[in-house]
Amino acid sequence: MLTKPALTPAQRDDLRSFAAMIIPDSAEYKVPGADDPKIQADIVATLGRDTEPVREALDHLARLAGQPLAGLDPARRETVAKEFRNSGGAAAATLIRVVLQCYYRDDRVLRSLGLELRPPFPEGYTLEQGDWSLLDPVKARPAMWRRVP
Amino acid sequence: MNEAVDVLIIGAGASGAAVAWSLAETKMHILCLDQGGWMNPAAYPSRGRDWEARFFGDYSPSPNIRARPEDYPINDDNSPIKVVNFNGVGGSTVMYTAHFPRLHPSDFKVKTLDGVADDWPIDYDTLAPFFAENDRMMGVSGLSGDPAFPPTEPPMPPLPLGRSGAALGKAMNKLGWHWWPSDTTVATTDYEGRARCINLGHCTPACAQGAKASTDITYWPAALRAGVELRTHCRVREITTNEHGMASGVVYYDKDGVEQFQGAEVVIIACNGIGTPRLLLNPASGRFPNGLANSSGLVGKNLMFHPYAQVYGFVEEVTDSNRAPPICLWSKEFYETDLSRGFVRGYAFQFGRGAGPVMEAVMSEAKGILPWGAAHHAVFRRLNGHRLQLSAICEDLPEEHNRVTLDPHLKDIHGIPAPKVDYTISAKMMEHGVARAKEVLAAAGATDICVNCPILYGGWHLLGTARMGTDPERSVVNEWGRSHDVKNLFIVDGSVFVTSGGVNPTSTIQAIALYIADQMKSRLANLFD
Repeated sequence: MLTKPALTPAQRDDLRSFAAMIIPDSAEYKVPGADDPKIQADIVATLGRDTEPVREALDHLARLAGQPLAGLDPARRETVAKEFRNSGGAAAATLIRVVLQCYYRDDRVLRSLGLELRPPFPEGYTLEQGDWSLLDPVKARPAMWRRVP
Repeated sequence: MNEAVDVLIIGAGASGAAVAWSLAETKMHILCLDQGGWMNPAAYPSRGRDWEARFFGDYSPSPNIRARPEDYPINDDNSPIKVVNFNGVGGSTVMYTAHFPRLHPSDFKVKTLDGVADDWPIDYDTLAPFFAENDRMMGVSGLSGDPAFPPTEPPMPPLPLGRSGAALGKAMNKLGWHWWPSDTTVATTDYEGRARCINLGHCTPACAQGAKASTDITYWPAALRAGVELRTHCRVREITTNEHGMASGVVYYDKDGVEQFQGAEVVIIACNGIGTPRLLLNPASGRFPNGLANSSGLVGKNLMFHPYAQVYGFVEEVTDSNRAPPICLWSKEFYETDLSRGFVRGYAFQFGRGAGPVMEAVMSEAKGILPWGAAHHAVFRRLNGHRLQLSAICEDLPEEHNRVTLDPHLKDIHGIPAPKVDYTISAKMMEHGVARAKEVLAAAGATDICVNCPILYGGWHLLGTARMGTDPERSVVNEWGRSHDVKNLFIVDGSVFVTSGGVNPTSTIQAIALYIADQMKSRLANLFD
């Protein structure tokens, strides 16, 4: 039996257009936009418990747009997006968050940011000691905690 | 039929683990029931590329979002601060920042010193040896000599200041304000079988390195070796009583959902300031329609959360961001009462190192400082890895209208009524904290200042709902944790706090649990008199 896809083709089209509005590609930083096929595939594949609010958000977006988002002229698309942001509530926030969380774990994006392509464990990171002499004036202060009778 | 035990502990978190370990030397038959299971560090978020995303899902600090089978729902719609916790062996120590201050001596005497709320029936000096014992068991890293606190001797050296700590320390020095590297239960050296911190950074949702002390890797191994029995995935529905008004045991649902009775001579509750009143108020406790141990009417009342006012900004230099334990310093500059501020009592600051890229993007977009469109990339590069933040953790005084009751409709998967939280906050102290925090960030040269006041998902500290005291009409347990009403029932978690202080409470919760265990051991011959 085939599993029902998380999103309909129309929802996926709107998701792609909407994601590109948040984060378009950039030649300057050599990064894809959030409408990039790999990033879109990551979003759809990892929706998990966010599936329902994301569907709800995309339905709300579709109602505001009245037609596929990609078919709107840029000015109208901006207006719809702004209205969606203002009226979409928790579902809209979830949709925006899933776009951001998949974008900012993409290899190409992390590379552009100068970040390593790995989870924190097991290598961890190095934390410099910092200048401990900064603490000298604090050490010189008299005791400041309140005595009790 | 389960064989009756001498001591039954409900909850294997911060306080349950400590009391189990301490009582183990009595060689009594001690059993602990926990609604969750053992954690699997191999599945912790920081091992995967989706480490930040899981904070919004299965490792969310909110039980309502996380919704694991171990969790129970909480109706906190009528509260500006939402409850966060963790359920499982280790409890919320699995999912905390490991920031480990102690309550100050003055916190135990607020009525005497400032004329508000009530004094505790115990004081700092009484708890001092238990604080030290707990520091050793949990493994605390810190620096002796803080002028804002009585002398302490953390067993490990402090975490490095790092770039963020140094930048914040410089700013505090410009203002002439107190700051100090904070005590933490993140191990800076190999310690008692735990590996030292390697700066995974994502400490709060469980430490894959095992450097952060959670009681599943500190107290519990020692308690189990000493003979304590721990039964997991067992959710207690009610504490039963006999014809003498004594606790006789508990009814719980086992891992298969089968109802079980467990008899016990002594029952100890360690379920935190939400879970404990939930259990006591459950009307299934038939002999006590107003709730068990509730002749005072105070079970569930006087809930204290600690409102957090968080302020952050962005500096030109690179900060530590997610590449180190999240909290580096504290300040007690505004901790003790100064009437010129227009309020009594005070708050501590805790200073944060920064955030990872996903968290930075999500938080900054939500605040409106990270734009959509072509400008997004340049702005993100200015923000990411440049954050400095601090939070004022404000003393929350007890007020009876801040309370936990049972929700008439919402239930957990076993049909047990869920807790309902009603809570309000007073803004004055938070406003003072926000204004001072902005001064700190200005001194650090930060821009794009943002404020979260209060932090919405900031209800970490669950205190006061079964307060301790000598007067049975004004308290639920006596000065050594025993119920005034039920002589073989003890409470050892944050519920017993009389006031909250202005610091994270885990260290004090555990010191109190050890103190109560010590009192029990010294009174074994006449424990129920």
